[in-house]
Amino acid sequence: MDALLDVDDLVVRFATPNGDHTAVRGVSFSVAAGERLGIVGESGSGKSVTAQALMRLLGPAATVEAGAVRFEGRDVLGFSKDELRRWRGAQAAMVFQDPLSSLNPLVRIGRQVTETLREHLGTDRRTAVARAVELLSEVGIPDAPARLRDYPMTFSGGMRQRVAIAIAASCSPKLLIADEPTTALDVTVQAQVLDLMDRMTSELGTAVILISHDLGVVSTFCDRVLVMYAGRVVESGTIEEIVGAPRHPYTRALLGSIPSMTGPLPRRLPSIPGSPPQAGTRPPGCSFASRCPLAEDVCHEADPPLTGGVACHVATREIATRDTREIATREENGR
Amino acid sequence: MTGWVLRRIGQTALVLLGVVTLAFFMAYAVPGDPARLIAGPNADAATVASIRHQLGLDAPLWSQYTAFLGRLLRGDLGTSYALHGAPVAGQILQALPTTALIALGGVLWQLVLGVPAGIVAAYRPKSAADRLATLGALIGLSAPPFWIGLLLLYYLAYRSSVFPLNGLGDPLWWYLALPTFTLGLAGAAWYARMTRTQMLEVLRSPYIQMARAKGLRERTILTRHALRNGLTPLITMIGMDFGYFLGGVLIIESVFGLPGVGKLTYDAIDQLDIPIVTGAVLFAAFFVVVMNFLVDLTYAVVDPRVRNRR
Repeated sequence: MDALLDVDDLVVRFATPNGDHTAVRGVSFSVAAGERLGIVGESGSGKSVTAQALMRLLGPAATVEAGAVRFEGRDVLGFSKDELRRWRGAQAAMVFQDPLSSLNPLVRIGRQVTETLREHLGTDRRTAVARAVELLSEVGIPDAPARLRDYPMTFSGGMRQRVAIAIAASCSPKLLIADEPTTALDVTVQAQVLDLMDRMTSELGTAVILISHDLGVVSTFCDRVLVMYAGRVVESGTIEEIVGAPRHPYTRALLGSIPSMTGPLPRRLPSIPGSPPQAGTRPPGCSFASRCPLAEDVCHEADPPLTGGVACHVATREIATRDTREIATREENGR
Repeated sequence: MTGWVLRRIGQTALVLLGVVTLAFFMAYAVPGDPARLIAGPNADAATVASIRHQLGLDAPLWSQYTAFLGRLLRGDLGTSYALHGAPVAGQILQALPTTALIALGGVLWQLVLGVPAGIVAAYRPKSAADRLATLGALIGLSAPPFWIGLLLLYYLAYRSSVFPLNGLGDPLWWYLALPTFTLGLAGAAWYARMTRTQMLEVLRSPYIQMARAKGLRERTILTRHALRNGLTPLITMIGMDFGYFLGGVLIIESVFGLPGVGKLTYDAIDQLDIPIVTGAVLFAAFFVVVMNFLVDLTYAVVDPRVRNRR
């Protein structure tokens, strides 16, 4: 299947007063039409920067140093201003983390919903308003016709995120990037918003990139996961692979820090000791080495390449050993 | 909302009473004897005493104060010492239209010069345009208005006769161009800085990022999503400046020889004409306080969040 989105060796660098800092270090992945990809990592892992780079929303301090982003074969990073404008919102839409600040407080909800329709589909005012009512009703805003005239402040956080999803879905985009869409919401509302995203995107056949620090959220929603750490993809695979048989010690630690719903709770929730390397002070070798229980000498010397879906010296060796063993067993059986 | 407006009106009245009281006691504390001033240096003690009695200046302070308040309520600001008993209110009202025009023109120049400069600077921080705007603002802020006014007069009115030298005439805008420009220039620098800061903050906000992600035109983003949010804080500046200017633009009116409230006050101070000075101070305070009230009211109209809070 041809990829809808193809990201190849993306490198994003930030200019800071204390020197340059590479926030995304060679990230590659692709998303097929209708597929759902999760990107998981803690804050500072480069997952949001990756999303912003895809939408070309990076601020002036950041530059895409290398890499390619292709959408249906077209070079997104090479888009002209006009091409970019026609692509954003229509082909690729985005839902942001904080629904309280991503809607303009001084513009009525109706206007914020209709403006995308009018811009991309050339809808006339009355049709756009009618469509906005439909959209808001679809995302479960009661009394939608009246609410069009309201300002965002009269909506709760969950309702605002519903509105943001309605806006994102309004032009039936092929790709939706959701950057921590449920993080700012109450747990009960989180599930509703995920359900809504699920419904809207499966109806439209929209591919989704869901960015979250919460592996639990991602595993209920996505087909595949990328685990990012310190600007790199350290592991990738299907949900079953990542949750069922995580190979990277970081992924294992992430899974280990989710409290189990069965059995007795530990006195203290397990956490990953230490913190990710600070910007600009990244040591040579694997970025996770200093926090890794399995780290060996080689981990502090060379950054492991992503091979077979995992970037870890130890894990790769284990796989290699296992593979050799498997081959040996097979050969024995074949004899 | 209505409750808030009423409360706010009450507060405004209270502030005005404070200002009136302060103005009265300040005028009282000023050295110099108005009766002597009116009577002239050669008048005998009896004449001075009788004038003092006429003016009510020999009454106890408290009854002078209540009499002053009573007259004020009837719109009577007293009579001028120097201008042969002309009513103060009449003098000020006569000068007010000139000052109002200058104030309006000054505020307009501030907006026309300052806001676009601030927007450009915010859109392209650290660009040549930003640095130029910063430099312009620095010059505008550091150069004293009377000096700029005199320079403009010298080159554009005296040397080249493009504009009239002083006073008012027909067409009015012709005579007001230089004074209002001079008045607006210094303020424009503030407006440019303020606009730049506000717009920078707004342009960084998530809802602008969202507007970009929606694929809106940059022009739509600026006019619909950024300007309104970025420029609301300017309402305060516009309102306060207008109120402040209405109180009289002393230096500008003096430099350009315009018969406004500022010029009237300036001359009155020169002649120790206390009733005129007190009257002018009261008018100035009145405008500032009232504009303050109007500013708050405007916020409530512009920003739904403010409206709801009340």
